[in-house]
Amino acid sequence: MKIVNIKVPGKLSWKEQDLRVSFLRQLEAVPNSEKIKSCIQCGTCTGSCPVSYAMDISPREVIALFRAGDMESLLHSKTIWVCASCYACQTRCPALIKVTDIIYALKRLAMEKNIYPPNFPVYSLSQSFVKIMNSYGRLHEARLLVFYFVKTNPFKLFSFMPLGLRMAKKKRIAYMPSKIKDIKNFQKIIKKAEQFDMPRTVGEVQYLKGAVGYGAVDKKTELESKK
Amino acid sequence: MDYSYFPGCSLESAHSSYNDSVKKVFKHLDSNLHELEDWNCCGATAYMSVKEIVGFAISARNLAIAEKQKWDLIAPCSSCYTILAKTHRYMKELPELKERVNECLKEGGLSYNLKVKVRHPLDVLINDIGLEKIKEKTKVRLDGLKIANYYGCQIVRPEKGFDDREEPMTMDNLFSAVGATNVYYPMKVKCCGGMLMTTYEDVALKLSKEIIECAVNNGANCIVTTCPLCQMNLEAYQDEINKAYSTNYNMPILFFTQVLGLAFGFSDSELGIDKNLTAGIKINGALIHQ
Repeated sequence: MKIVNIKVPGKLSWKEQDLRVSFLRQLEAVPNSEKIKSCIQCGTCTGSCPVSYAMDISPREVIALFRAGDMESLLHSKTIWVCASCYACQTRCPALIKVTDIIYALKRLAMEKNIYPPNFPVYSLSQSFVKIMNSYGRLHEARLLVFYFVKTNPFKLFSFMPLGLRMAKKKRIAYMPSKIKDIKNFQKIIKKAEQFDMPRTVGEVQYLKGAVGYGAVDKKTELESKK
Repeated sequence: MDYSYFPGCSLESAHSSYNDSVKKVFKHLDSNLHELEDWNCCGATAYMSVKEIVGFAISARNLAIAEKQKWDLIAPCSSCYTILAKTHRYMKELPELKERVNECLKEGGLSYNLKVKVRHPLDVLINDIGLEKIKEKTKVRLDGLKIANYYGCQIVRPEKGFDDREEPMTMDNLFSAVGATNVYYPMKVKCCGGMLMTTYEDVALKLSKEIIECAVNNGANCIVTTCPLCQMNLEAYQDEINKAYSTNYNMPILFFTQVLGLAFGFSDSELGIDKNLTAGIKINGALIHQ
């Protein structure tokens, strides 16, 4: 699968080129991700999305903006963080586009490029999660919430207390984290895997004739060349 | 039948009731669950959105261990089920990824050769054990119990699996086999908001409210779910929902194995129903728990 060959409409700025290439590299890890080329802009994804009402860019527009070569707006959107990854869009897409996986790729790219506000909730939650995982091999819910709230909004921790107490009364809180026995080898696996996530080198993207959805642009250039 | 069993992190703490009830139900149906040796967290969606290859590698560690045990791998948590199944499928479809992941696993003295079948307990109950056997083993018919079957996202959607994606029926069939009534419930595969409850609470509260509202309007006695996160959002945040929307919901949210366990004659404390935060449910006129 050579997804990097998806054609670019017109001339992109250096920054846009860089983001576009990085994004396409992210997509390499998704089977059949080249289907992104076959979007018919029907809007089934947006109609199926339970959280599209809270998004600034709808799922349909996500694909449209990608094709229009505007990665920057996508990475700055609220959309990619509001997605609850329920996969309703992906299962209903008549063009078999991996919409949810594409939004995951955008999230990873935004984090890779450090495009998010400081103490951003989704990022902080993921970071806290990763920290606990690396030291125990299993998740410890209580610790996750404490780390998370300390990073984002310590006062929220107090409003969380009543629920915590109710859960504790019912013996539903584990106070000590459970740790896997073979943590050394587990950490070795993670360390090795992290090497594969190294920032990717940026290649040159050239303007290609016949870019998807940009027939009009091409016709224009053809006409111009005839003149 | 023998199965490898992957409980997952949340079944160790906040949802030990799910863990207990799965084990009770399977034992009652003469199936053996062998807990996966030294399993680690599946990575969940949080890992996948930070570092994908790391996410695949730690998830594949569990599959590699399960491969040694040679049985199908049962994962009751919807998220674990999806992540493990996804890892298997991606490694199968992308040979390059398989190579990379196996290179990581080698560091820990493991390898995964795509021989494990990841199963959800609901799938095993219906397709391996069968409704006939479940009917045979039923001790208390759940006559009069009205159930809203809530499947959620993860077990039906991302991985095309054992049930329909828009109108799954396995849980409905299971409970009508033990005498319960399934109410009309069009929200059965809608999203509860998942992790948004910690990041965008207002959005998640709205989604969860709609799920409870629909069950109330259709006269359900309880919502039955397969997912620990759905259970948490719908149950523990019911007070928040009531506050935000001036409602007065007190809907019991149970795991499907808890309700099935009741039909098999286990008590509410054996199934962890007494650990619930909301009201009890009535079976044959008797109030179970509280």
